[in-house]
Amino acid sequence: MGYPHKPHQKETVLLSQYFGDPEARTYGGWVKRGGYEALKKALGMSPAEVVEVVKVSGLRGRGGAGFPAGVKWSFMPKEKSKPHYLCCNADESEPGTFKDREIMRWTPHALIEGCAIAMHAIQAEVGYIYIRGEFTEAIRIMQAALDEAYKVGTLGANAMGSGRRLDIWIHRGAGAYICGEETALMNSIEGRRGNPRIRPPFPAQAGVFGMPTTVNNVETLTSVPHIINRGAEWYQKLSLSNPKSSGTKLFSVCGHVARPGNYEVTMGFPLKDLIYDLAGLRDGRTLKACQPGGSSVPILDRAETEACLLDYEGCVGQGTMLGSGGLIVFDDSADMVYQIMRLTRFYAHESCAQCTQCREGTGWTVRILERILSGKGTMGDLDLLLDIGEQMTGKTICVLSDSCAVPVVSGIKKFRGEFEAYITGARKPVLAVA
Amino acid sequence: MQVTGEYEPVFTGDRRARLDAILTRYPTKRAALLPALWMVQEARGWIPDTAMVEVAQALDLTAAYVKGVVTFYTMYHQHPVGRHFIQVCTTTPCNLCGAEDVVRAFLEHSGCGELGATSPDGRFTIVEVECLGACGFATPVLIDDDFIDGVTVDKVRELLARYP
Ligand SMILES: Cc1cc2nc3c(=O)[nH]c(=O)nc-3n(C[C@H](O)[C@H](O)[C@H](O)COP(=O)(O)O)c2cc1C
Ligand code: SF4
Ligand code: FES
Repeated sequence: MGYPHKPHQKETVLLSQYFGDPEARTYGGWVKRGGYEALKKALGMSPAEVVEVVKVSGLRGRGGAGFPAGVKWSFMPKEKSKPHYLCCNADESEPGTFKDREIMRWTPHALIEGCAIAMHAIQAEVGYIYIRGEFTEAIRIMQAALDEAYKVGTLGANAMGSGRRLDIWIHRGAGAYICGEETALMNSIEGRRGNPRIRPPFPAQAGVFGMPTTVNNVETLTSVPHIINRGAEWYQKLSLSNPKSSGTKLFSVCGHVARPGNYEVTMGFPLKDLIYDLAGLRDGRTLKACQPGGSSVPILDRAETEACLLDYEGCVGQGTMLGSGGLIVFDDSADMVYQIMRLTRFYAHESCAQCTQCREGTGWTVRILERILSGKGTMGDLDLLLDIGEQMTGKTICVLSDSCAVPVVSGIKKFRGEFEAYITGARKPVLAVA
Repeated sequence: MQVTGEYEPVFTGDRRARLDAILTRYPTKRAALLPALWMVQEARGWIPDTAMVEVAQALDLTAAYVKGVVTFYTMYHQHPVGRHFIQVCTTTPCNLCGAEDVVRAFLEHSGCGELGATSPDGRFTIVEVECLGACGFATPVLIDDDFIDGVTVDKVRELLARYP
């Protein structure tokens, strides 16, 4: 639900049901709410059976790419000859996204349960929850919940009396967006600089410590216990439009809205309802644009926003992506040029600098946008930005480079007039000479 | 890098025991590097070169390797900072909600004057940071280990008073 707001009748509340309820944070409180029933059930199933249930449910990765979770799990070797690992991606740093933080802050045991079930499915004894370093509160709460889970024997050498060893540790990041990229995350766990790795090999072959590894997002893993409890078919049917997108999804709504927060809706929910009815615009304002899936997805104008259905295919249909579900809303008061420049500063700051296109391209993009905002831009700068954007796309080790180009290219396409106004002098400069 | 003069080791007693416990969680010693660096920063407030040498010895790494990792991660301080380290998010979602005004209020009321500088009384250092993962609670601010949601301009003075 849209914590800190009351649940809205149009929400379908599964993951966020207990947001704001401190009792749900404790082991006892969680068990009282049906917690750890799914883990008990899963431990009574074979790993292959668990994988099959998740496959049939249609659950797709909530970290950004939307890869089917059960299929990813099935890539792990069936015959175990080496240790297997689970990495839970709790690096949550995509601007606009703040759902994993709320899952960890309010329902830490839900995440532990999801991790434990996934570890059983992929035959891992050890799992790491990689939490970004700034999430001090979430780390404290997760650690307290893990301590409880060990104390009652849910985790440890003989998890829930199953004879299975399940160890889960928190690994604290130290300030680097790029460590949310799964191969950078594994390097960071290994005590290295967080540079993404060239694939292949893929994590299921050689991941963390060179061993078969699965990386899943917090929200993906937290969805799993519901699927185990209520069945794959039930989850598969949770869909308002395209059956390829099933389940509920948390949308972190932020920017120019009256009630920012995490809203949980069934896949296929209309984007315009989420903005107009649930989060609401501020008084007297109208919608200009939005990014439905975090800062790395193409910007939608108002007409596209009003036509968009929130599932993987619906977003692609409008030329954008569902991404992580971080919905950034811009109303008519937003300066698109300045805000896009601010996004590119983010990518320039976060580039790991391994690839030339990304290291140089992000910096150039920022400087050209700053030049335009200082009134010194030329019309040729817009073509230059588009050209650099093209050079930054599809040519690097990871997609951070592409992500920087995305808001710039879609922004110029849809709000060209605002850029030109700075160039012609119709709009007063907002930055000192760059 | 070399340790010269007096050096008081970080990993003794309780901290050594904590590091040993952390080492059991990973198949390699190297993997304990980020946790070990966090412990140094907790103990010293920043990560001096001398401590990097100690960490390198404890984990069978070279000091240059450790430095390479320290410099990658923005949360590790390579220089001493004020008694209270303040990080304010100004990325787009927070920016839309007035985060830059919040930064200005922090600079004004703390006496820091400019970003990255420490106030003359040594009390505060303020930096702008990229998205803190709490964009719906603009503006989120991290003061030392306290994550504070929803900071607005009018709350800044009272907030600073809580950190003597
Ligand atoms: C630059 C970059 C940053 C990313 N940041 C995150 C992140 O913060 N959290 C996350 O879950 N996935 C992030 N991802 C996606 C991960 O690489 C990976 O696809 C995901 O964790 C897989 O989990 P899922 O299949 O459950 O979604 C990022 C990817 C890239 C390229
Ligand atoms: S694209 Fe950028 S962030 Fe990704 S590996 Fe290359 S330099 Fe690093
Ligand atoms: S943009 Fe400020 S917390 Fe995300």
